[in-house]
Amino acid sequence: MRKSERSNWTRGLRRWIEHNLPMNHLFPDTMPVYVDSYVYLFGVLTIAAFVWIIISGVVLTIFGPQWWHVSPVGHFFNSLHFWSVQSFFFFMILHLWAQFWMAAWRGGRHWTWITGWLLFLVSIVTAFTGYLSQNNFDSQWIGVQGKDAMNSVGISGFFNLLNFGQMYSLHIIVLPLCVTFLIAVHVLLVRIHGVVEPIGAEQSVSDVQDGSGIQSPETKQ
Amino acid sequence: MSPRDEILQTRSYPNDRFPQIPYDLIREITLAILGMGVLVIVLAFGLSSPDVPALTAKQVAQQDPELLVQTELNALTYQSAIAQYGPPYNNQSGSLQALGSFSPQKWAGIQFPIDTANDYVLHPLSLFESMNPALKSALNQWEHASSHQQQVWATNLQKVLPHAQFSSSGWMILPPSVNIGPLGTISNAYLELARTGLLEAAIDKVDGPTAVTNRTTSLLFLENQADTDYASQLNMLGNEWGVIKETGNYPGAVWLWFYSLLYQIPPYNTSSAADLMVILTVIVVTLILICLPFIPGLRDIPRWVGLYKVIWRRYYKKYGLKNG
Repeated sequence: MRKSERSNWTRGLRRWIEHNLPMNHLFPDTMPVYVDSYVYLFGVLTIAAFVWIIISGVVLTIFGPQWWHVSPVGHFFNSLHFWSVQSFFFFMILHLWAQFWMAAWRGGRHWTWITGWLLFLVSIVTAFTGYLSQNNFDSQWIGVQGKDAMNSVGISGFFNLLNFGQMYSLHIIVLPLCVTFLIAVHVLLVRIHGVVEPIGAEQSVSDVQDGSGIQSPETKQ
Repeated sequence: MSPRDEILQTRSYPNDRFPQIPYDLIREITLAILGMGVLVIVLAFGLSSPDVPALTAKQVAQQDPELLVQTELNALTYQSAIAQYGPPYNNQSGSLQALGSFSPQKWAGIQFPIDTANDYVLHPLSLFESMNPALKSALNQWEHASSHQQQVWATNLQKVLPHAQFSSSGWMILPPSVNIGPLGTISNAYLELARTGLLEAAIDKVDGPTAVTNRTTSLLFLENQADTDYASQLNMLGNEWGVIKETGNYPGAVWLWFYSLLYQIPPYNTSSAADLMVILTVIVVTLILICLPFIPGLRDIPRWVGLYKVIWRRYYKKYGLKNG
């Protein structure tokens, strides 16, 4: 078999991307008319909060875990991190509820729903390790209380809430990487499958085209 | 060009079937980040964040020396919550959780062995016995006494402890007639060690300049009465939703409300396996929610409730409602 006739992984990946996620879908400059609602902002606001979690978290990491206890500037960045996390979960939960009431898993979008839930769960664990990394009474109390739950399911040997080194390391690198990866997969799935259509509009849409608004090249006559 | 290259047809895109309106994704994410920045900066400036220092043995020795002596006595006589806990600390069963024969805690076994008498009392004090001959003698007396004799001394101290007086410098003063053997010397040395602030380091066997980041043993020392008393003053107990709030009036992990709620209701709130039951319940509920797209009935709830009609009201008004 000639070299050129063997399967080419690079070409295969490129063809897959070009087929499933062309640039005008990855970076669209139009959206379906039904997406024009504030409900659709919750997802991007969650991502925006995550950006500020990373910014404030990186600053806290640069100066070390003791910094914010002794420095007013450090305490401000801790506060920034604290309220970014609250905002992150606030908008995430609104986003989750919105997707539920829109039954957003329709049309083959079940993986988008599933990755969204995995994101929620990994984010909870990430936040938990963060609360345990505070080195104050909050982390002390949460740790000694939470240990009973971890002990009850036998995972303390693997995930020890009272081991600051482990909790801090998981919090600043392992779990943020997991969250970032899942966000990327989740958003790419949205871009691949598009935003779920309204309930009842899953059928042929020939009778909803009335010439108003911008039509994509594929629907133009 | 490779012989196999061809003009690709992108797959049909569901969104392209609908009328389109202009959208600027990059502008949207940029404005979202900037707007969110304003929000969190305002919140950080306006509301700050909590930072109540951890409870230390030094603090307990200074503010409630009787409690520290009680904690020491419980550890010495293996009566403390950790001494009675079970896996992963020891082979007792005081906090062993099981549902019938289902007990992951038991299966996991002992992973952090803690001998409360030695780890919390005898070893830390032994580090300083060379500086205190009376302490060395007292420790020697205790360690060579029979279990029965140790129990007699401990019981006598337990009886008089609520009536003990403490000097302004923190020394425990007991009636001379009470027979507590070496426990008077041991307890006062323990109070003195705690007041130096070095007790936790001694418990964790910190014996060099490098950072010790696993403080499991010393964190468990005050985990029962002392931590609970302090948490009670800060409104942090379970029935005050303390495990999902931070100190002060700051929110904590409020998204764990369901998990925390289960501990407050039957049958969880009266079960000796509450933690195990709560975790199993949360796992089951979470799996159901994750698999929602595949569960008939549950996946139809949005359609039945009809909230989507409010979300897409403008679309339905203009293009009509089909199958809704």
